[in-house]
Amino acid sequence: MATVSAALPRTGIPGFLKHRATAKLALLAVAAAVLVPLANARWASGTWPDALTVDLSEPLGRASDWIIDNRDGHPLFLYFFGHISNAVVLSVRAVYLVLLAAGWAGVTAVSAAVAWRVAGVRLALGTAVAFLACGLLGMWIPTMQTLALMVIAVAASVVVGAVLGLAAGLSDRTHRALRPVLDTMQVLPAFAYLLPVVLVFGIGVPAAVLATVVYAAPPMARLTALGLRDADRGVMEAVASLGATGPQRLLTARIPLARKELLLGVNQTIMMALSMAVIASVIGAGGLGDRVYQALASVDVGAALAAGIPIVLLAVVLDRVTGAAAALDDSRGGATRWALALLAAVAVALAGRFTGRLEWPEPWAVNIAEPVNRAVDWMTAHLYSGVPYIGGTADWAGHFTTWVLDPLRDGLQWLPWWSVLLIVAALAWLIGTWRTALTAVLAMAAIGVLGLWNPSLDTLSQVLAAVAVTLVLGFATGVAAARSARVERLLRPVLDVFQTMPQFVYLIPVVALFGVGRAPAVAAAVVYALPAVVRITTQGLRSVDPAALESARSLGAGSGQQLRQVQLPLARPALLLAVNQGVVLVLAVVIIGGLVGGGALGYDVVFGLAQGDLATGLVAGAAIVCLGLMLDRVTQPTQRRAKEGA
Amino acid sequence: MRTRTKAVMAAGCSLLVLTGCGAADMTKQTSPFANAQGARTVTLSVQSWVGAQANVAVAQYLLEHELGYRVDTVQVDEVPAWDALSQGRVDAILEDWGHPEQEQRYVADKKTIARGGGLGVTGHIGWFVPTYFAKAHPDVTNWKNLNKYADQLRTPESGGKGQLLDGSPSYVTNDKALVQNLDLDYQVVFAGSEAAQITQIRQFAKERKPFLTYWYAPQWLFRKVPMTEVKLPPYKEGCDADPEKVACAYPHTPLQKYLNAKFARSGGRAAAFLKNFEWTTEDQNQVSLLIADQKMTPEEAAKKWVDGHESVWRKWLS
Repeated sequence: MATVSAALPRTGIPGFLKHRATAKLALLAVAAAVLVPLANARWASGTWPDALTVDLSEPLGRASDWIIDNRDGHPLFLYFFGHISNAVVLSVRAVYLVLLAAGWAGVTAVSAAVAWRVAGVRLALGTAVAFLACGLLGMWIPTMQTLALMVIAVAASVVVGAVLGLAAGLSDRTHRALRPVLDTMQVLPAFAYLLPVVLVFGIGVPAAVLATVVYAAPPMARLTALGLRDADRGVMEAVASLGATGPQRLLTARIPLARKELLLGVNQTIMMALSMAVIASVIGAGGLGDRVYQALASVDVGAALAAGIPIVLLAVVLDRVTGAAAALDDSRGGATRWALALLAAVAVALAGRFTGRLEWPEPWAVNIAEPVNRAVDWMTAHLYSGVPYIGGTADWAGHFTTWVLDPLRDGLQWLPWWSVLLIVAALAWLIGTWRTALTAVLAMAAIGVLGLWNPSLDTLSQVLAAVAVTLVLGFATGVAAARSARVERLLRPVLDVFQTMPQFVYLIPVVALFGVGRAPAVAAAVVYALPAVVRITTQGLRSVDPAALESARSLGAGSGQQLRQVQLPLARPALLLAVNQGVVLVLAVVIIGGLVGGGALGYDVVFGLAQGDLATGLVAGAAIVCLGLMLDRVTQPTQRRAKEGA
Repeated sequence: MRTRTKAVMAAGCSLLVLTGCGAADMTKQTSPFANAQGARTVTLSVQSWVGAQANVAVAQYLLEHELGYRVDTVQVDEVPAWDALSQGRVDAILEDWGHPEQEQRYVADKKTIARGGGLGVTGHIGWFVPTYFAKAHPDVTNWKNLNKYADQLRTPESGGKGQLLDGSPSYVTNDKALVQNLDLDYQVVFAGSEAAQITQIRQFAKERKPFLTYWYAPQWLFRKVPMTEVKLPPYKEGCDADPEKVACAYPHTPLQKYLNAKFARSGGRAAAFLKNFEWTTEDQNQVSLLIADQKMTPEEAAKKWVDGHESVWRKWLS
């Protein structure tokens, strides 16, 4: 362990050197010159030395066995986890029964009424259409199951997040302690959350709900804390001078002032919960995600899409409605209208009930699976190989694997372990502070200690290749969209759909196009990460000061020159953010790529879940966490860190 | 200060009231979606392969239309399914390929799972090459000659070696050990899921390219892509005892059904029906093919089979 942090200078750095890249590198080089020969003499090997690994699989295996043997007898399970699990099951069931009792007409009407009051007529219509579409696709029952699970998961996430956020908003010490934890949770791939809950709760709805809560609560906590801390000083002063006590101040001033952030937090939480609810089908969440997962088993892209569309619709509707609620100035007005809307909704629900139309009538279902499958078949039949001149997609995938992925992986694995640590340190330090560099190096070293050095570098090579492709495509598209309003308008719905589509749906068409292996995993990751990168790039370029552009134009700069010399440099922070987001999103999907032959860490997690071999899965999950942490720190610009480092 | 203490106490009390003060055994909690609206529900575990979907589809159709149950299905992988079965989160597994360790733990020791009899189908795992390739090169069907063909079976994923395509990580496999112990110049490439593996096989077959894959029978894909088994050193009782040293073929396994012990005792007609459920490889393949190749929904496929085979399933209902 001594060498883990060895490649880093541990003493403070003289202040005047702090912002000079060369000085940082020089310092690092000096440290390396001293420490590397030492480390190399002791543990000379290309990969991580065996002497420095800790084998956790045996104790973890024993722990897993102990849990299975004692789950029905030990007090810890009977009196603690058992109650949690019970509460989850009961509440999900209650919501599910209510939804079923309301029937499809009732649920649609109530949602539309709420959307009308919160967001206006257009969204109300949109909501109604979305719910009816779920029914038309023959997905009413799974949609309700997912909705029931979501309601409970979101409610729990909001409560947990709000409590944590309240604590962090009111106490500086809690804030300092929570911030890094929440930051870290934000960047972790959803897949890594699944195993620990399965270990304790077993496969099923309770595990799925809890994994979702863990995944979706952090944004709520962050935004609550942000809202409370940003409360207007003047207002607070005034309230205090009126003699309000602590709790009064909180209830009457701080929380109402933070309303916008709170609602934004709810919005974020809902979106995260929805994406997790789908992934959690791997651990038995049921509902729409399970339909997608089952369809994949029979390579039925059409059926997967039929279950995927309701998820997208739910996501879009929930996003728009909660977004509109956050933008609303005053929600108390129009009580009579509220009553009217709800009355109408209840009337529709009762009408549905008395006409005996509680369940979605079967003949109304539309089968979209078949035409979609035909389209996919055509695509794979005509594009897979032997296309004149450009070759087929399979050939591309083959070339990509042989000429990009293989050299990248072999190169990374060939590098001596200490040089990888040095590169990580240098990158993280150049872009961040010595603290971020230390975190990144420690995370990377932890991977070595866990004994997953080679698979992690394999995953890393896939991530790097995918990020490179994503950035090239994303920046090009982003530039195009920023320069032409029409392109942006055309892109917008496409981006919306791709961003909310569950990652699972991508997997099979990519296999059909690119075969099995790392190439399809990379392709799926690119498709998933592209929208965010395009969006951030476009926004960054758009928000460049018009005055700067104007003056460049008046100096006679051509449009290419404007782009290169004014827009891109000025949009640098946004572009860096795009890189960071791209890396985080790509990692999430490259891991899921274990399901299509991506191998490496993703495969280990899938293997752990599938074989009930939690030791393998948990260790791989931990390595994923470390890899995510390292990648985030290496790509995270200083400004954000500096602002947060309170 | 006073109010705070009160609030804490109130919170504590309400928590106690909410959860009830007794023990809660989470191994006895069923799915929240089960038994909704007073219907009698059976929850069946569906594994990811299509044969298992066929079993469940037919059982579900008959339970719903002949016995008036409501059936929920949950997709769970093989080993976690045992765990879920012992907890009562699913009531039955209809096709198990042999998990001695779990059987010892849950059936013999904990007695939370009961045997449900045979499915009537015999499963076999092996290595297969496409028949068009085997016809052109008849000696490829013996493992001793596999190294001769390693060159032709190379892909970008397998490095310099031949590719042995494996499927889902949840399936029983000794392939890594086999390749090593039989001294084969091959690399095991895991497709990661059966869907991915099937897609890849069909693409190979469309191009008439050679490939070597881990596969199993009964499986509907044989009808679409005829495959010939590669002979491995013969299976002998106990030759696969040490997973590191396996150097023999996979056994022929009569597939088994398992029921949750409580459900087996008090599951009424549904439990009796599931115990009686027994059909042939031929039947199962017919339904699988309807689902996976004709893209029928499992329900339609089951209906089609049930309509034509009343004499088979009548016996199960008694």
